[in-house]
Amino acid sequence: MTGKVKLATTSLAGCFGCHMSFLDIDERILPLLERVTFDRSPLTDVKHASACDVGLVEGGVCNEDNLHVLTEFRAQCKVLVAVGACAINGGLPAQRNQFDVKDLLHTVYVAEPGLSRRAVPTDAELPRLFDKVRPVHEFVQVDYFLPGCPPPADAFWAFLTALLDGRAPTLPRGVVRYD
Amino acid sequence: MTDLRRIAIEPLSRVEGHGKVTLLLDEAGAVHEARLHIVEFRGFEAFIVGRPFWEVPVVVQRLCGICPVSHNLCAAKALDRVVGGVPPPSAVKLRRLMHSGQMLQSHALHFFHLASPDLLFGFDSDVSRRNLIGLVEQHPDIAKMGVHLRKFGQQVLEAVYGKRIHGTGAVPGGVNKHLALDARDGFLARVPQVKTWALEAVALARRLTEVNQARHQDFGAVPSNLLGLVAADGALDLYDGGLRGLDAEGRLLFDGLEAVDYRSLIREEVRPWSYMKFPYLERLGPEAGWYKVGPLARVQLCDRMPTPLAEAARREFRAAYPGVTHAPLAFHWARMIELLHAAEDLERLLQDDGLLHGDLVSTGARRREGIGVIEAPRGTLIHHYEVGDDDLVTRCNLIVSTTNNNQAMNEAIRSVARRYLDGHEVTEGLLNHVEVAVRAFDPCLSCATHAMGRMPLQVTLVDARGAVVSVGTRGSA
Ligand code: SF4
Repeated sequence: MTGKVKLATTSLAGCFGCHMSFLDIDERILPLLERVTFDRSPLTDVKHASACDVGLVEGGVCNEDNLHVLTEFRAQCKVLVAVGACAINGGLPAQRNQFDVKDLLHTVYVAEPGLSRRAVPTDAELPRLFDKVRPVHEFVQVDYFLPGCPPPADAFWAFLTALLDGRAPTLPRGVVRYD
Repeated sequence: MTDLRRIAIEPLSRVEGHGKVTLLLDEAGAVHEARLHIVEFRGFEAFIVGRPFWEVPVVVQRLCGICPVSHNLCAAKALDRVVGGVPPPSAVKLRRLMHSGQMLQSHALHFFHLASPDLLFGFDSDVSRRNLIGLVEQHPDIAKMGVHLRKFGQQVLEAVYGKRIHGTGAVPGGVNKHLALDARDGFLARVPQVKTWALEAVALARRLTEVNQARHQDFGAVPSNLLGLVAADGALDLYDGGLRGLDAEGRLLFDGLEAVDYRSLIREEVRPWSYMKFPYLERLGPEAGWYKVGPLARVQLCDRMPTPLAEAARREFRAAYPGVTHAPLAFHWARMIELLHAAEDLERLLQDDGLLHGDLVSTGARRREGIGVIEAPRGTLIHHYEVGDDDLVTRCNLIVSTTNNNQAMNEAIRSVARRYLDGHEVTEGLLNHVEVAVRAFDPCLSCATHAMGRMPLQVTLVDARGAVVSVGTRGSA
């Protein structure tokens, strides 16, 4: 046993900007890696989470795959953190909620003039789309929320170092962002 | 027809966004099919309709947190036409500064953080070490260089567009602010070191490409056309220029085409098994008209690099690959040559006082339509908008870089699956070979799901009847 804290991250219906903002801690990743190990994450080839201490989720839930991943992730993570506007309230992808998803698919895959072969993709390999994009807390219990689109790197840093030090995480005023 | 076994690689990892690969194998283990699926749909093109055009550059960048600046700039270029403006010289310089800052950070991220572990440790090396964490432990100097290169690019973005990710910079007709003098001076003092690191990055990418040249040269290599922007004088230009196309042997297909010509140049096909469309050159048809975009295409399309160190590096690359190379693994070397160019371009721009003062926006007679094209880190990106007299968007079409490489990535994984998996017992390490081929293109699956959602990347192997043989999910052991 390394005695390190096990951290997992995943992206649902998000843009990866939250993951990039986490990497914006820059060289602070080096001391962080002395205290944490990574489990499932887009940064590793671990495809399924095993039991973890902390899980960061980026993105909302837009299809059945997202829900499956989220449920598995929640079950494995002691502390689950909803990271960024998409996870917290659906974010920009939830702009589609005001429309019928069938109309959107039609606009993109049938009506668009530059297409030579047109049809809405329906293969069994494609997960069923939900009619609305929803925040993660509508499906699972969330322990912490890190706001922002994306949350700034300093928010990740303040949050994670507090957790690692055994302190209750609080975010300094300047790093609580909603843009 | 015998039963086919399906294997899925899901989700694809160490790529940006979400995707999966499925493979179909017969009883003898021969690969019948290999497909890269984009399984998410977000619908940006549809829900942007009805929004005011001036918010589009900050909204559409949320397609992608890795190269948001590409979308911010490309939307602004398209909307320059709608507001009837020609961005003033200072605005163009500030946009180019953003663009080179993002090229530096995005290329550094891909090579160091995501792809280099495959090349340094081996495609089938220990899955628990084959990542950034393993890199930090075993090659700390390389890891630090990658972190610092990315950081510099991100800091340039923060200074020009307010935030490192999803800021505001380019607006229809120009940009919204100048660079501050002290920020400029700070970057100028640091940029020589950045150039030194960039030179080391080129040398490293070259070494890792050449170390196993025989294998790397045909790993996933499938000849195709090449597409990208070049300047009027034939030099590489990532921000503006004309579209040039070459065939697989490097013969000129067309040159100097403008953004508006994309409608007669490119058609897109929808296939039922992916939310990512399949573009092709209309004149050649869907079978022969597919193409590659991105660093590998650009370094071979242009006549020269506009900066001296990158030009010297380009010449070495071309000498190493007489004719045209289609090797996906050569992308890495080409990508680092562009990273070096970005570092040199940042230095050139930072010496220009036009960043500090001068007009920022220009407008003229309103138009109802605008098309923009730019070379994003991953390749040619096209934004097309129609706008009503009430300022609301009435139509939007986006052809993103990764979509332009859709067929090329599918061909590459098919080639690798046949070469390395055919008749073998499928192992985690062999499946990573398939991912190595996808990764070389640096696909941004986030962007590619713009149609509506995200792109999960999974690989599935299917047996002769189309039944899923097994889901070869990696790293779960
Ligand atoms: S919150 Fe913003 S940065 Fe994070 S995934 Fe959503 S759009 Fe991207």
